[in-house]
Amino acid sequence: MDFGPHLLLAVLEGAVGASVLALTALGLSLVFGVMRVVNVAHGEFFMVGAVVAWFVATSVAGHPAIGFLAALVIAPLVAGGIAIVVDRLILKQVEYDPEATIVGTIGVLYILQQSALMIYGPEARPVEPPFNHRIALPWLEWGENGLAFFYPWGLSITSYKLFVIVAAIGILLAFWLVMSRTKAGLIMRATQMDRETAQAFGIPVQRVYSIVFGFGAALAALAAVLIVPIQQAHYLMGGDPLLLSFIVVIIGGLGSVRGTIVAALLVGMSDGIISVFFSPTLSKIIATLLVALVLVFRPQGLFGKKMA
Amino acid sequence: MSLGARSVALHLGLIAILIVLGLMLPTYHQGNLSRILVLATYAVGYNVLFGYTGLLSLGHAMFFAAGMYGCGMIMHLAGWSVIPAFVLGLVVAAMLSIVVGLLALRTIGVAFMIVTLMFAQTVYLTSLYFGAWTGGDEGFVISQASRQIAGYPLTEPTTRFFVALTLFGTALLLTAWMMQRRFGRVLIGVRENEERTTMLGYDVFQHKLAAVVISGVISGAAGAAYAVLFGYVGSTFATVQYSILPLLWVLLGGMGTTIGPLIGVAFMFYLIDYASGITSAYMLVAGATLVLLTLFARAGIVGEIRKRWVPWLP
Amino acid sequence: MNNQMKTTRRNLLKSASAGCLLAASPLLGRFAGAQSSEPIKIGFQQHSTGIGAAYGRWYGRTTDAAVKMINDAGGINGRPIEIIAEDDGTDARRGAEVVEKFANQHNCDVAFGTLFSNVVIGSAPAAGEQKLPYFVVSEGHHVASGALNRYTLQPGITDVRSQVQAMAPYVAKNLGKKITMIYPDFAFGHDHRDYFSAAIEAQGGEVLELIPISPAETSFTKYFPKIPRDTEVLYHVMVGPAVLTFAKELGEFFGASSPAIFGFIDSLEAVDMAAPGLEFLEGTYFWEGNPRYAQADQTSYDKNFRAAVGVDDNGASLSDPSDVSTYAHMFGCWETLHIIKAGMEAADYQSTADRQKLIEAVEAMTDMPESDLHPQGPKLFNGKTHQVFGQQYISRVESGRLVKVHTTSIEDTFYPDAVDYTTQSF
Repeated sequence: MDFGPHLLLAVLEGAVGASVLALTALGLSLVFGVMRVVNVAHGEFFMVGAVVAWFVATSVAGHPAIGFLAALVIAPLVAGGIAIVVDRLILKQVEYDPEATIVGTIGVLYILQQSALMIYGPEARPVEPPFNHRIALPWLEWGENGLAFFYPWGLSITSYKLFVIVAAIGILLAFWLVMSRTKAGLIMRATQMDRETAQAFGIPVQRVYSIVFGFGAALAALAAVLIVPIQQAHYLMGGDPLLLSFIVVIIGGLGSVRGTIVAALLVGMSDGIISVFFSPTLSKIIATLLVALVLVFRPQGLFGKKMA
Repeated sequence: MSLGARSVALHLGLIAILIVLGLMLPTYHQGNLSRILVLATYAVGYNVLFGYTGLLSLGHAMFFAAGMYGCGMIMHLAGWSVIPAFVLGLVVAAMLSIVVGLLALRTIGVAFMIVTLMFAQTVYLTSLYFGAWTGGDEGFVISQASRQIAGYPLTEPTTRFFVALTLFGTALLLTAWMMQRRFGRVLIGVRENEERTTMLGYDVFQHKLAAVVISGVISGAAGAAYAVLFGYVGSTFATVQYSILPLLWVLLGGMGTTIGPLIGVAFMFYLIDYASGITSAYMLVAGATLVLLTLFARAGIVGEIRKRWVPWLP
Repeated sequence: MNNQMKTTRRNLLKSASAGCLLAASPLLGRFAGAQSSEPIKIGFQQHSTGIGAAYGRWYGRTTDAAVKMINDAGGINGRPIEIIAEDDGTDARRGAEVVEKFANQHNCDVAFGTLFSNVVIGSAPAAGEQKLPYFVVSEGHHVASGALNRYTLQPGITDVRSQVQAMAPYVAKNLGKKITMIYPDFAFGHDHRDYFSAAIEAQGGEVLELIPISPAETSFTKYFPKIPRDTEVLYHVMVGPAVLTFAKELGEFFGASSPAIFGFIDSLEAVDMAAPGLEFLEGTYFWEGNPRYAQADQTSYDKNFRAAVGVDDNGASLSDPSDVSTYAHMFGCWETLHIIKAGMEAADYQSTADRQKLIEAVEAMTDMPESDLHPQGPKLFNGKTHQVFGQQYISRVESGRLVKVHTTSIEDTFYPDAVDYTTQSF
């Protein structure tokens, strides 16, 4: 394949990954930003979302779209529900102590993984996409007869992958509206900025924390439902989303929604694009180093406020 | 007894207990103890940076792996004997920790976590990329014949135990001694209040860099020792999992305590070992135990003992 | 003193576990004088958790079935087999610890079972030090490459080098000579790259392009543009949970116009061929270690093997048709256990003192005719390299079923010896 179409393909594929990553990372960013704790089990909520999606999709008869839509509603509710229980039973009890939260959520990670292994099993299982058409993409090239359209071999995407990108953008917009235009968003932002003052103004900080923790998990689960028709549900699938979204949150700058999204695009697309030029493991090495160096030279992240 | 004397008595006493255990325990548990001591050395190294200096690294597997590969590859590929290879492992870990320290210490807090995490990922991927020499994910075996010091085979259980104990004892006493010195107190000062430490006229960066290097070299020593004592080198040990484990061990044992790392490793080791004998769902047991510890022993096992009963524990 | 400590600790455990793992109880010392009635203890290193868990589950079922068959027929030298399973978490470090546990805690006679190469290589030093015969069912080239030790053997499954090179003649003759290879960029993939490239060139073919896929990759489309247009055969081998995505995206990339496609079933072990997205694989070819679907010329041995393990004609569990087995590999557990039995009987194995005699007895084995003990097919064991050789199968996907189209000869799988373990001291 020629260089141009190849690059376009890498960009499109990267965009699908980046969309899902942005949603997952946003969930973590919210928890991290508001509650100041590292939720090591965040990736497991992603996994729970995918696994629940599989259960829902296989138990609903009829067109795959029905099961998929049901999963879009049920999976985030289940993951969010589990998260709220975790918040009440563990995080609240240790008063959101950062170190204790790490150990506690590692415990939750073990529990969720083992439960998934026992209930769901060790196999990777697919969920049927609600629709999936191969769309060949055209390419412009300056040829003998001037500018010409043609369809390069292999340059294509599927309608479902386009849907994932669009859906992610929609959810991100909705998230932004909630955070900036609603009272709930205001309360969350106030709690994030200054916990004590928020409490003084009568904000039920404890309840806000529970909701934020549940909401963060629900976002991860939602991202997982979107991706599971492309990738499969597997009980160990939570590792990469956790690491990547953690990286994205910090690179973007703590507490910056815009930063999280830009960083998700950067991280999600960089190794796809670099892999056009280098062998895959080498391009992963380069991409990882580049991202690390961004932080070395801009420790507050891309859009973070400079720390005093 | 003065504080210092108590501390010396405690550490020497601990080593004495370990010697007795090592000689009395059945073969299986003696073998486990050797493994625990090597991993505990790794945790001691991690504790220097995390527990005392307050820098949370998520990339210590790279130092462990640097020691392991530095030592293991030169034995495997060039036929070096144990001692020089072990020293090379330390040198490689030291060089890596200087470079990582110089770059990563430009950041603090969560950014430091991520930068170390990503450097460690780079090291892991590099070990895969050069699979022709490192064996990649499969790793390689260091021949049993070459694993001996002056004719004493390191594969003999008691010899292996004493080598592991020497390694751990050295790391333990070194860090305990260091924490009694002014250098150690400055590190704690950095953890408690970096600005104040700066204002007192200490070069915080220098101290942090020294802590990264000491921590990295001890971790590397554990990696090199694992290679020669157990004969296997592989990229598993460079994965994120092996960066999170020392954090978990130290938190379980009690961060900022000298004996906490050993207790944390031993606890986790036997938790998995026994729970897996009782039920195939032992991860549930392990997970639930971690949650309970979080709830009822937030400062870690030794940390909680110090808080409740023995306030002088170092 | 030591024994007492062990037993007390064990007793504690037992009461806690309500006898759940009584089998694991190391009370051996007490029966030191009465070995003839005592069971033969085989430590089974199982991938119950971690990335290999799907294999571990079926390795477990196959092992149980083989043990039942052997015990029903009177056991080994009149002694029953007792399996002591320990989870290695598909982790190299835990693997070595488990081997020590078998040797020193459970007092096992031999250890057996594991699949993932890193666990085998990580555990082999411990087996050598503990002088515990370690029978692996891994298909890795580690044993025959000479990297391990005299205590490690692979008599029940062929290695990847054999499998790969035996495919080349069929591929070159029937599918095409211009090959593009897609493989994971780590050791397992590198074995495919090296051995297949050499083998296809020996057949007059050529490898146009090598496309390594980075570890832990979850999307693959971006790699496919590197496939040259004049590729006649696309050779693929992938492992891990993302393989369905791989097959699906390959189909989406090519649409209707694809080259011939040849893959290793490792990609789709434990995966239902009817899973959504796999329609694209119709008409493509696979290496199979043992045909998953019962074939028209099915032997009675295969029939009996399926019945014993509880697998139907589609290679899925009899109790749950969606629970697909790892059929191309798990026979290795069955055959290995029968070889351990044959070896112990040949060596007149009495106690752990006879472990070296057992290894010598296995090293002396050569022909293993196809039978109920060797349902996958006839085999030839090479005592010097501790590796078995056997025929391989190529199947084509027809109406969503794998239909066998070619059986290689055992000779196709031979390569020069790289080691002679029999010259090593114990």
